Amino acid sequence: MRWTIEDTPERAAFREQVRGWLRENLPAGWADAIESGDADKLDQARKSWDFFGWSRTIGMSGYGAPLWPKEYGGLSGEPWMQNITREELARYRLPTVGLNILGVGLAGPTLIAHGNEEQKKRYLQKILTSEEVWCQLFSEPGSGSDLASAGARATRSNGEYIINGQKVWTSIAQMSHFGMLLARTDPDVPKHDGLSYFIVDMKSPGVDIRPLKQITGSSEFNEVYFNDVRIPAENLVGVEGDGWRVARTTLMNERVALSGLSLDSAAFAGGTRKDPWALFVDSIPNREDGRVRQFIAKSYVEKEVKEITQFRANMARMSGAQPGPEGGVTKVYNAEFNKWRSNGIMNANGPAAVAWDHGDSDSENRAHAFLRARANSIEGGTSEILRTQMGERILGLPREPEVDKGIPWKEIKRS
Amino acid sequence: MSTFGFTEEQNELRSTAARFLEEKSSSADVRRLMETSEGFDEATWKQIADLGWTGMAIPEEYGGVGFGFVELTVLMEEMGKKLFCAPYFSSVILATNAILNAGTEDQKKELLPGIADGTTRAALAFVEPSGKWEVDSAEVTANGGKISGTKSYVVDGATANLLIVSAKSGNGISLYVVDPDAEGVTRTALQTLDMTRKQAKIEFNNTPAKLLGEEGAGTAALQKTLEQAACLLSAEMVGGAQACLDASTTYAKERYQFGRPIGSFQAIKHKCANMLMEVEMARSAAYYAGWAAAEDPEELSLAASLAKAYCSDAFFHAAAENIQIHGGIGFTWEHDAHLYFRRAKSDEIYLGDATYHRELVAQKLGV
Ligand SMILES: Cc1cc2nc3c(=O)[nH]c(=O)nc-3n(C[C@H](O)[C@H](O)[C@H](O)COP(=O)(O)OP(=O)(O)OC[C@H]3O[C@@H](n4cnc5c(N)ncnc54)[C@H](O)[C@@H]3O)c2cc1C
Repeated sequence: MRWTIEDTPERAAFREQVRGWLRENLPAGWADAIESGDADKLDQARKSWDFFGWSRTIGMSGYGAPLWPKEYGGLSGEPWMQNITREELARYRLPTVGLNILGVGLAGPTLIAHGNEEQKKRYLQKILTSEEVWCQLFSEPGSGSDLASAGARATRSNGEYIINGQKVWTSIAQMSHFGMLLARTDPDVPKHDGLSYFIVDMKSPGVDIRPLKQITGSSEFNEVYFNDVRIPAENLVGVEGDGWRVARTTLMNERVALSGLSLDSAAFAGGTRKDPWALFVDSIPNREDGRVRQFIAKSYVEKEVKEITQFRANMARMSGAQPGPEGGVTKVYNAEFNKWRSNGIMNANGPAAVAWDHGDSDSENRAHAFLRARANSIEGGTSEILRTQMGERILGLPREPEVDKGIPWKEIKRS
Repeated sequence: MSTFGFTEEQNELRSTAARFLEEKSSSADVRRLMETSEGFDEATWKQIADLGWTGMAIPEEYGGVGFGFVELTVLMEEMGKKLFCAPYFSSVILATNAILNAGTEDQKKELLPGIADGTTRAALAFVEPSGKWEVDSAEVTANGGKISGTKSYVVDGATANLLIVSAKSGNGISLYVVDPDAEGVTRTALQTLDMTRKQAKIEFNNTPAKLLGEEGAGTAALQKTLEQAACLLSAEMVGGAQACLDASTTYAKERYQFGRPIGSFQAIKHKCANMLMEVEMARSAAYYAGWAAAEDPEELSLAASLAKAYCSDAFFHAAAENIQIHGGIGFTWEHDAHLYFRRAKSDEIYLGDATYHRELVAQKLGV
């Protein structure tokens, strides 16, 4: 990152500390391979790599979430520490986001902001080590963009809540230990007022997870049915009826987490040995064609401005403060950029983009990236919804008339 | 988001500049000056010289204030917001950097103090009627201390009292210092789409010219000068784009149709949101470019093209949407929207448009 401002002595010392820690904790030869730029050696070192073991190691070190309080597994650090840590992880070709994306990116910050002491102690450290993976049980068949209209019911009974209803598009539910559940505790008040936020054990009796096949052919997301699922009252996050406020923290953090994801960071997570930009350029044929050159250059320009903007946003965000609506700016930009670029890669490859020999993994990956990118402007808030939010919350434009305002939830028209 | 990378002093400079320009570069000022042939106000020019703006990035030993490109980035962004009419880009940015990049020690001592104190308003004549931006495309010839041929698209070329001219001799391209009142100089003002920034055609006929620096060293010096200028023009475009976004959002809150402010319609709200995104991205590009110009000579060339490519498109888009959001009133002469639209197209094309710079980005990346 060439536009990184020069480290102050304090920052340089922290960077050295991160590097020192990485050198000590990476498999033998890894750090040397990076520092000497030896790709074969890196491949060699990678062979003995245990991803789960690594997740645990970094999760215990504090470097997994420098902004989190020390007592829950972070470093009680400042935003620049997170930036430096991510830069170093990227430099050492390590995933900047691990296995537990939703846990670290969404559930953790939400619990830090709204959870009680017991909840923080119980869940946060194990989120960081990926020992307990989390999913997000927000969307329902009838409530997507209009999440506050969610109808899954939570009824209080003898120190427990009983959940009935259906969630949908729940990513990685099948691998998760816990879920962040948004459910309706009071149908008689306006939609925002009757929601509560729960931690649900995904192994609870009555939780029925059914994978859904996506346009890519794989099944990342699921339908999740709740049939009289019992949740202890201590799993309520915040107070009953205040679930919308808690959920908004999750959503704001989701925007920030998704702004960072791109083809490039996916390549990092996949453990490629080459610099992602070089990989991208290599994947494009006919590089002497003027149109192809424009495409490559535009990809570079847009990627750079996006990363610099993220960097500026990180610098501006105060220590510990929750991200605000500005996360939408990079989320939407990233989504549209990914769609545009993965589409351009297809066109640049001509007929080979749409027909290939069985087992040609480069072509398969290209097609997969092209199809997967469609989700970027839907998941985590659609680009339309986020543009509306930018307009209203950043630019201060007037809201649209709300036809369901002040009306009890049970009387609202829903699909 | 806009605080990234600036010091306390630089932020201070920004607010001082904003206050000054608010007062001296109102819409009425801009409209008055754009109708004049000089295109700027002598008294205001004197004031910005007194504020140190004209010598901002000139080292102290040459009579300047000794700051650098980051400060120029701040000033250009603020000037761009208000379409400030002054020979600032021509003299303080193009010509000054040409002298700094090409001149000998003695020449810098001789030429720069005048620019720093505002008495000299220099212009850089490097493009020709062919309209090519490549620095080695010069056809004006130099021979025995005289130059002949035609330059064009010279920003503030008709009013400058010092000219820096590129010309070729047997030893390649060199830069020359020319007195615009010398014999054989004919200056003709051009009609400009952007009336707030004047341009001229200048013909030389055996005009006496003093070599600036070494003979044949003009290509590298000029190349660097234009890259530095592209960084700063990008900052100006960010300012312009921000002004368009501000105007659009303000209007979208005030204008009622169908019983609602038009900003409550998504078609309008989403246009504004897209402008916001592009303005923020453009700002990142321009700040990066300003930083590269100040701190990282190796990064300058790529950063300049990156910023020029991104900001050119972003400003034009913002200026165009600003007209659309204003409806009929946006199409009137009275409304400022067209002034930004004209500036946007002019800035976009000047020093090469986005397509041109993306090709340079590809080359610089080794693609
Ligand atoms: C790959 C993937 C993974 C996901 N993972 C999860 C997950 O783990 N957990 C979870 O809870 N959810 C998840 N989602 C769900 C996602 O958050 C929703 O799909 C999304 O919020 C949109 O809701 P919807 O699908 O009901 O579409 P709808 O809300 O019905 O929207 C349909 C269309 O209408 C537009 N629209 C709706 N309202 C407005 C409006 N007010 N103004 C303008 N346009 C509007 C939308 O932009 C969209 O284009 C995932 C989705 C995808 C694609």
